[in-house]
Amino acid sequence: MRARRQAVLLLLPCLAVLAGLFLLPQTLMLAASLWQRSPYGGLVREWTLANYARAVEPLYVWILLRSFWLAFLTTLLCLVAGWPVAYWLGLRVSPRFKNALLVLVILPFWTSFLVRLYAWIFLLRQEGLVNLGLGALGLPPLPLLYNDFAVMLGQVYGELPFMILPLYASIEKLDRSLLEAAADLGATPTRRLWRVTLPLTAPGMAAGCLLVFIPSLGAFLAPDLLGGGRTAYVGNLVQSQFAVARDMPFGAAVSFLLTLAVFALLWLFRRPLRAASEA
Amino acid sequence: MRGAVSIESVRKTYGDVVALDRVSLEVRPGEFLTLLGPSGCGKTTLLRLLAGFETPDEGRLLISGKDVAGRPPYERPVNTVFQHYALFPHRTVAGNVAFGLEARGLTGASIAEKVARALETVRLAGLGDRRIDQLSGGQKQRVALARAVVLEPDVLLLDEPMAALDPKLRKEMQVEVKNLQERLGTTFLFVTHDQEEALVMADRIAVMSHGRIEQLERTEALYERPRTRFVADFLGVRNLVEATAAGVEGGLATLRTAGGLVFRAADDGGYREGAAVLVGIRSERVRMDGARDGDNTLPGTLDDEIYLGDRTDWRVRAGDVVFTVAETAAQVRNRRRGEPVMLSFPAAAVLRLEES
Repeated sequence: MRARRQAVLLLLPCLAVLAGLFLLPQTLMLAASLWQRSPYGGLVREWTLANYARAVEPLYVWILLRSFWLAFLTTLLCLVAGWPVAYWLGLRVSPRFKNALLVLVILPFWTSFLVRLYAWIFLLRQEGLVNLGLGALGLPPLPLLYNDFAVMLGQVYGELPFMILPLYASIEKLDRSLLEAAADLGATPTRRLWRVTLPLTAPGMAAGCLLVFIPSLGAFLAPDLLGGGRTAYVGNLVQSQFAVARDMPFGAAVSFLLTLAVFALLWLFRRPLRAASEA
Repeated sequence: MRGAVSIESVRKTYGDVVALDRVSLEVRPGEFLTLLGPSGCGKTTLLRLLAGFETPDEGRLLISGKDVAGRPPYERPVNTVFQHYALFPHRTVAGNVAFGLEARGLTGASIAEKVARALETVRLAGLGDRRIDQLSGGQKQRVALARAVVLEPDVLLLDEPMAALDPKLRKEMQVEVKNLQERLGTTFLFVTHDQEEALVMADRIAVMSHGRIEQLERTEALYERPRTRFVADFLGVRNLVEATAAGVEGGLATLRTAGGLVFRAADDGGYREGAAVLVGIRSERVRMDGARDGDNTLPGTLDDEIYLGDRTDWRVRAGDVVFTVAETAAQVRNRRRGEPVMLSFPAAAVLRLEES
């Protein structure tokens, strides 16, 4: 009985934060998505499903699908790029340099993502550093900015640490004698990778993928700044409905659908996720 | 030649630390050889060199007559039983045993058959579907054994495999592993720091210290005749006495300690008149029941009693030497501290030791 009361007390701050900053806004969003827009961008409190009907029109479904594709590709590229780094940090680097290198992984967080994206613009734009370098070599400039490539680059760049850190955590605590045992039992390095290292670091991969996929789904900074607003993703759609089009009910409906999609994914992948949290 | 191991003046250093100092060792096919020594003596390093996890700085390693230099672990005809088993947690018991067979490219039916037979060998038949975390320590130990022996290695390397077991289970497993080795006829190279374990299991024992092999001998011979201070100490010879050889004649050496205590030792040809010498006498070879069957009888006083259940250790002061005398529970009589006693031991029980 006492233990239970203690548990409730300990969870209270967390529950308060969740209620105030997640549950309440989500309820307001749900309400707004079921109301109508006034001519001046306010809310008219009359119930309607029109916002949801509009949100599933082909144009917006297409935008949602594009966003899933962006999030999926971002996750995949982060996984492919992050795994070798995490493996190297976790198993190969001498302990002397390990902490310094881990700081390097986290270092980008010391600057706002917005500022870092502007830095990318300086690198990628028509007269940017990359193209200046190409020009100096006598090569024609490349169209690097304001396209899907730039959006993807910005996304992968921004999300990579969120992939590397959980991967590193699971690789670092991998029992090295298991790797020796695999080799001892006749497994070549390739076989060992597929049969031992990857299966045993799967929980870290699941955690990393989730940490990258979900924010990527609603990403709007990189698409907005590096995509030049020409390429619409669901994050930009929501943001523009609230800030530009002043159609709060429609923005709320789209955003609510996105939240539902995330929950559906979490439910779909509940089993690997549980394994990840146990590990 | 299958199952033979030749270690030819192998040297291995880690920075300034010399782990193995030009060690040479011949392991005979089919024998159970134990590397015995304290932690840091180089015994595990030697095993890891043979498995291929480490590379020697100098020297040659031959397994079944073939030089294994440059060959990775997965190409060597040896398998290892690891200290903490190193079982794959994401595989079942059968999955663990099958791992090496799969790596060899065997297919379903023959794998299943071999796995079943291996599990039977280690008395785990029927537990193939268990998860590793559902097993007891002894069962894990058996899975680790089955996983290695199913591959029929030329040489099986065992790195303190009993260290994590409780004492009772350890004793059972020692007998079981020994029986398994005799049945398979495979060469076992077994590393331990436990002298009792070594005595129970090994055909031959190599005692190691500071990266060198101090003494290599058949198990009984090693126990009967340790050659150096280190080996005697490690094998539980508890009376180590420094003395001078006062005279050598008629197969007996007369020894005198600095404090004037005189006793006789059987001459092994190594005593030189007037030279300082170190000797060891096992505590169970010294008697104090008054039976004058020894070549040496020394008066002493009882200093201390250490009760150990099945036996009692007495500390007896004789001249400038404090002897430890072990009596079994059947021999022990009630004695009081300070009581005068007569110690006796045969000259043959006095072992001449080299300073290592």
